[in-house]
Amino acid sequence: MQKFVQLDGLVAPLDRANVDTDAIIPKQFLKSIKRSGFGPNAFDEWRYLDHGEPGMDNSKRAKNPDFVLNQPRYVGASILLVRENFGCGSSREHAPWALEDMGFRVLLGPSFADIFFTNCFKNGLLPICLPVAEIDALFAQALAIPGYKLRIDLEAQTVTRADGKVIHFDVDTFRKYCLLNGFDDIGLTLCRSEKIKEFEARRRIDQPWLFS
Amino acid sequence: MIKTLYDKLWESHVVHVEDDGTTLLYIDRHLVHEVTSPQAFEGLKLAGRKPWRVSSIVATADHNTPTKEWEKGIEDPISRLQVETLDANIRESGALVYFPFRDKGQGIVHVVGPEIGATLPGMTVVCGDSHTSTHGAFACLAHGIGTSEVEHVLATQCLLQKKSKSMLVRFDGALGRGVTAKDMVLAFIGRIGTAGGTGYAIEFSGSAIRGLSMESRMTICNMAIEAGARVGFVAVDETTVAYLKGRPFAPKGATWDRAEAYWRTLVSDQGASFDSVVDIDVSRIEPQVTWGTSPEMVVSVTGTVPAPEDFSDPVRREGVERALQYMGLTPRTPINKIPIDKVFIGSCTNSRIEDLREAASIVKGRRVAPTVKLALVVPGSGLVKRQAEAEGLDKVFVAAGFEWREPGCSMCLAMNADRLEPGERCASTSNRNFEGRQGVGGRTHLVSPAMAATAAIAGHFADVRDLI
Ligand code: SF4
Repeated sequence: MQKFVQLDGLVAPLDRANVDTDAIIPKQFLKSIKRSGFGPNAFDEWRYLDHGEPGMDNSKRAKNPDFVLNQPRYVGASILLVRENFGCGSSREHAPWALEDMGFRVLLGPSFADIFFTNCFKNGLLPICLPVAEIDALFAQALAIPGYKLRIDLEAQTVTRADGKVIHFDVDTFRKYCLLNGFDDIGLTLCRSEKIKEFEARRRIDQPWLFS
Repeated sequence: MIKTLYDKLWESHVVHVEDDGTTLLYIDRHLVHEVTSPQAFEGLKLAGRKPWRVSSIVATADHNTPTKEWEKGIEDPISRLQVETLDANIRESGALVYFPFRDKGQGIVHVVGPEIGATLPGMTVVCGDSHTSTHGAFACLAHGIGTSEVEHVLATQCLLQKKSKSMLVRFDGALGRGVTAKDMVLAFIGRIGTAGGTGYAIEFSGSAIRGLSMESRMTICNMAIEAGARVGFVAVDETTVAYLKGRPFAPKGATWDRAEAYWRTLVSDQGASFDSVVDIDVSRIEPQVTWGTSPEMVVSVTGTVPAPEDFSDPVRREGVERALQYMGLTPRTPINKIPIDKVFIGSCTNSRIEDLREAASIVKGRRVAPTVKLALVVPGSGLVKRQAEAEGLDKVFVAAGFEWREPGCSMCLAMNADRLEPGERCASTSNRNFEGRQGVGGRTHLVSPAMAATAAIAGHFADVRDLI
């Protein structure tokens, strides 16, 4: 997994609530058996004027000029500002894969759907929850100021605005540790193999019907 | 110590706890399907790891598989590769049981697990699919997980989790005629909203839940995720135990007695406390129809499409405007005046035998309205399909003008050929009405099987209570 320590990034505002994972990466792209290459199809139905299918040359497709992430001022953005319940719906990890492949490393919003939130951490994408008032202020600034950037510091757990205001955010200690070091949590869990084996052995005796 | 059912399920699976509360939970059952597993198996192989306990795996192909002309195989080469990849992975690793494409046991993973008795009370059940919450009907801790977690479970038989807050939802009162579990759960989501359950584990309880069959309880737990909760479950009672008896993978003989004694402890203790409690009087619930692009956008069939000005919160108001536009609906239109193009009876929410019986009882002796272009019945599994055929339900549907298909996810998410065309409107028994869910530009209205059948006959949404 890619490490995440600090980032100075351009901010793109996606101003709608309940953006679901079907919208982030439509189902026809889930037929792929790979983990990469989903970026050009992130938000496919909003981003292009035609209907996308796997295997199309996305560079030749007409883009929807009304979709915010198509605006030239947001090209190269690595921080996505979102509204409540972002990532709801299907558990597809293709959603964080697509966002990351599109260039995002941080999501800033008032709330995220549970499974999506977990999936982000497994892929080096940092979702940050902030109070609604802070998010409202960030939307106002990102829309008003061209080239609007934020500094994200995971070690210090801070978001620093261009005007100098520092906003603290919470993150689980364990997730932070994994992300800061780029640790793969399977490796970490396997360090506990003995404990897992002991647990399993006890369970075989107590609830043998689970092992037939 | 007084405990909730959630406490009991959680504590009985804890292998290790980190300082910050992150917990290594042991996983008893791992359900695998073709869409979210290829990258996990690949990752495992690349890291030189082996699956920890393959006898925990129940696998089937469901999302991509066609629902007709099975003899032709899968025409879409990308879908075919995905299904073949599952096949290769499972044949290499092994599994407790595997129902490949065209097997007579093939079906939607959440229908297959319970019907063969592979979902047992007190288990942790995971699957790379958000509707894994379905298995909570058996007092299981059943989570949807992402692909990295699928790999994690394959490699370690464990999942890293943090304990959620607990919510008790009490459904009390007597259900009205023509009102079903689907209406109960839609009304519940309408009440708390799609993010209302975020961060909670929901226990569904109350006299109305006790009165439901296991299949209806599955319908309710299935949609816990649409209320934002990763897990939803129901305590063990007589109904649970009776359902399991004699299922192929349920314990037998003396082991059954031991298991049953344990299962009966899987209830919240008297006086257990919850972080949140929601009370719902089911006698006030009418048949429900969603009008928008989120399951919380729901009203009774006797109601009307709302107007943006009904909502004071600006973000919500904008969401309503967008939904109305996408759905092609005018505010204040009576629900029973909305015409439909297609009908879909199926999905892991409502494709079990009782759902098909419920729909068939409405359809019997009637005809699908001529304005309806396609009315589909897609049984949840091969077993359901054969049972329905043994009862003659297929003939009832076909005589009325429905198509009777092979099992799979089908038009629930339209990864195969079954889908809506842009602008088409569908009465669907599935669980998600998001934009494009059933096909680009398609408009989904979520309803119960009885209400979908009623809409098929009327050609527009109509009150099932007028037909029974
Ligand atoms: S039927 Fe629909 S919701 Fe259920 S597993 Fe299949 S695609 Fe998912």
